[in-house]
Amino acid sequence: MYNHSGFHFVKKITILGLLILVLFFIPTMNVLAQSGNPPTADDVNAVAKQLYCPVCENIPLDVCPTQACAQWRETIREKLIAGWSEEQIKQYFVDQYGDRVLAEPPRTGLNWLVYILPPVVFLVGVFFVYRNLTKLKRSSPNPENIEEPKTSDPYYSQVEDALKSLVEAEKD
Amino acid sequence: MQNPSSEENTQKRSLPTGVVTIVFAIVLGFLALLAWGLNNAQKGPIQVGKSVPPFTLTSFSGDVYDTAELQGKVIVVNFWASWCKPCEQEAAEMEQAWKEYQPTGEVIFLGVDYVDTETEALAYLDKFNITYPNGPDLRTKISQLFRIRGVPETYIIDKEGKLAGVKIGPYTSIGEIKMMIDPLLD
Repeated sequence: MYNHSGFHFVKKITILGLLILVLFFIPTMNVLAQSGNPPTADDVNAVAKQLYCPVCENIPLDVCPTQACAQWRETIREKLIAGWSEEQIKQYFVDQYGDRVLAEPPRTGLNWLVYILPPVVFLVGVFFVYRNLTKLKRSSPNPENIEEPKTSDPYYSQVEDALKSLVEAEKD
Repeated sequence: MQNPSSEENTQKRSLPTGVVTIVFAIVLGFLALLAWGLNNAQKGPIQVGKSVPPFTLTSFSGDVYDTAELQGKVIVVNFWASWCKPCEQEAAEMEQAWKEYQPTGEVIFLGVDYVDTETEALAYLDKFNITYPNGPDLRTKISQLFRIRGVPETYIIDKEGKLAGVKIGPYTSIGEIKMMIDPLLD
């Protein structure tokens, strides 16, 4: 015999199951859609501003107006679409055009001098300034230890007396 | 007059000779490095008649051309780029000249693509039907070797590996190209 209530129960379970499945996949579908989006101009420029035009003087790739720079930005876009990371793209540009395309010299070989020398020179300078200031402080006399000049000049005594009498006269 | 004890103090506070020597050596080393860098930066292009250091070009199709192994042939090194409009002026003439010299086997043309993108470069080669070997100037090593000032520039190396001629800017006719190559052939 046909069980009506049993049929409804199976139907409810099926609908519930479908709902759960739909709810489970909605966020995943969103993520897939996002990751499948082509890179925007901002995405391209975020990488481009870290690179310099190899044929112009000191112009970052994101603001460079030449046709060559437009081609390189297009290359960045292609690499982003292919799923390359920023570091991979930068390395590709270095391999193609040399270190000069980087905004910062790579920390290898003699380039380390650029990073090490300025702080070392600064610290040596600070040391010398400190050393000279300490020396200056030690060599300058302490005002508390300064003795009043002793003089046997009678004129000096006369001036002292005159000043004292003036002060007393003012008090009176 | 200075107090003898203060003189003694001053002597005691001066830096040890070892430290002064090290600092002096570092400064000297840095200055030497700076001088070396400046000297390198001011070096001019290779002079006509001087030997051209060997270099390697890997073509877009993956073939490797080592100039050290090409001695005995006249090598025509042409620097170009797809974004370079003047390069387009000489592209057809260069290909025409290559077609003329290729059967002799005495001359080889090497196109060096200067700071370019491969897609655009291949499109350029296709547009002008260029068939002689062309490849990218990876890390701009070849252009730095010749110290080029721009594109197009063409350097002709004789059979002994010495620089025989330089053309700054585009060739205007095939006659101009042949005029530079023919005297170098037997």
